[in-house]
Amino acid sequence: MRDILAILEQNAKATPEEISEMTEHTPEEVREAIAQAERDKAIVKYKAVINWDRAGEEKVMALVELRVTPQQDVGFDSVAKRIARFPEVRSLHLMSGGYDLSVLLVGSTMQELSSFVTMKLAILEEVQGTTTHFLLKRFKEDGVILDGEDGVKRLPLTP
Amino acid sequence: MERTGSSASLSPHRDKSLSNNQEPDHTKSPLSQRVKDLAPSGIRRFFDIISTMDDVISLGVGEPDFVTPWRIREAAIYSLEKGYTMYTSNFGLLELRQAISGYLKERYNLTYDPTNQVIITVGVSQALDLAMRAILDPGDEVIVPEPTYVSYIPCISLAGGVPVTVPTHMENSFQVRPSDIEARITPNTKAILMGYPNNPTGAVMPRQEMEQIADIARRHDLLVISDEIYERLVYGVVHTCFASLPGMADRTIHLGGFSKSYAMTGWRVGYACSNPEITEAMMKVHQYTMLCAPIQGQMAAIEAIRSGDGAVEEMREEYNRRRHLMVRGLNRLGLNCVEPQGAFYTFPSIKGLGMSSDEFAERLLVEERVALVPGSAFGPSGEGHVRCCYAVSLEEIEEALERIGRFVRSLKGGS
Repeated sequence: MRDILAILEQNAKATPEEISEMTEHTPEEVREAIAQAERDKAIVKYKAVINWDRAGEEKVMALVELRVTPQQDVGFDSVAKRIARFPEVRSLHLMSGGYDLSVLLVGSTMQELSSFVTMKLAILEEVQGTTTHFLLKRFKEDGVILDGEDGVKRLPLTP
Repeated sequence: MERTGSSASLSPHRDKSLSNNQEPDHTKSPLSQRVKDLAPSGIRRFFDIISTMDDVISLGVGEPDFVTPWRIREAAIYSLEKGYTMYTSNFGLLELRQAISGYLKERYNLTYDPTNQVIITVGVSQALDLAMRAILDPGDEVIVPEPTYVSYIPCISLAGGVPVTVPTHMENSFQVRPSDIEARITPNTKAILMGYPNNPTGAVMPRQEMEQIADIARRHDLLVISDEIYERLVYGVVHTCFASLPGMADRTIHLGGFSKSYAMTGWRVGYACSNPEITEAMMKVHQYTMLCAPIQGQMAAIEAIRSGDGAVEEMREEYNRRRHLMVRGLNRLGLNCVEPQGAFYTFPSIKGLGMSSDEFAERLLVEERVALVPGSAFGPSGEGHVRCCYAVSLEEIEEALERIGRFVRSLKGGS
């Protein structure tokens, strides 16, 4: 199972037949393992890593640090789930250290994200404060270096 | 032929200084007989052909396609910034020797004193050369399983030894039979040179047979030089370190390195471990001919041992996926290969296609632009096979298989 997931994590488009060629599993076993992983939510989603700059689309991203008052019985869960529902929120993590929730926002303009922070996040009762950092440049996304240098060539024949 | 020009330019100088205005002897070769006797490289002419072509997929490489993991590169850059640009001890940095000693202890329960049993070399290639020069007298025989890595035979010959090859065969998964080794022992036999996991066949020796070879070495009082550069790249089997076999640590020269496991071929760092007497002898040759391995490579190697395990395993898993793809693809095309258990090579048979491995490799290159290495480059028993390296991307393997398939079909259709 681990070997199948490792391949899919690198290439979500790999077919069961292709995965079978690279492992000890039959295509049928691969299909079944993937179905099981999907049922278990071990596979959450299939996606492509897009470099939007290259696609000619402007995207603005901001990392927002939220300081939050935990609530009785539910801690941070309740407010976190509430924030996570907003489509502008691309990822959300509970952190240790100087703040509590780390929120990554994606939008089309700075204005759009600024107003989202002030109108939707800052006003939440549990939120004590926000610090917003706009992303200036993306260098690495989901483990992939964007605009990486061209590979260095090996000698074509070596002993 | 063309060579006379260069020899004429060298000879007069030499003769002038040695003789009393006598006519220079133009018939005298500037080259040593020992070098002239070396067989030419089996791959050089392919190199020349490739250099004139575009769009070649090369399965002829002998190194990882990964770049050295960043942590390792970063450690070397940092060492430069700090000013580590000088010689190291002839033995190599003590810190690296300690790290290697610790690594071999943890992995194979071997005990090497880092102060006098470990020597850092310029890759395993130099370690091999040192080992041969340290132990061989003229006429001493070294038994080598074949197909063999291209440097083994020349290294033995250059050190004045006599290589004695033992053919291995596909039917036996290219594993050398202990009885075949024993049958070649003469009063002149000094050592057995083992290279497993093997380049070019990908064979790994089962422990039981290694024990039998160890037993032969003990009974006939032979040394074993064990080149284990591919030790970390095995698939579905456990690598047995030769020196770790009972009673073998003292009579084995263990050669290891960083090139293949950590994708560090260009750094040129390897090592040799043996008993203090042999290590001291190798050191003697090393200090007069090399001084030490480059310090940046040594600094990088320390970091590799400290933090490289995760990256090694990631690369190994990727090679394993490619191995499956390559082996199944070749078998499907009728180029049968035994499943290689180590390194990153497969050695399919091209017997039945009515041509030599050399011709196969040349025509495949010219007609379909896929480069691989003819088996004959690894000795006569490699004939009938070609070496395909799967340290190339999955996409390239797929495209190469497509092209090889087209070539093989054209041969069968045409015959």
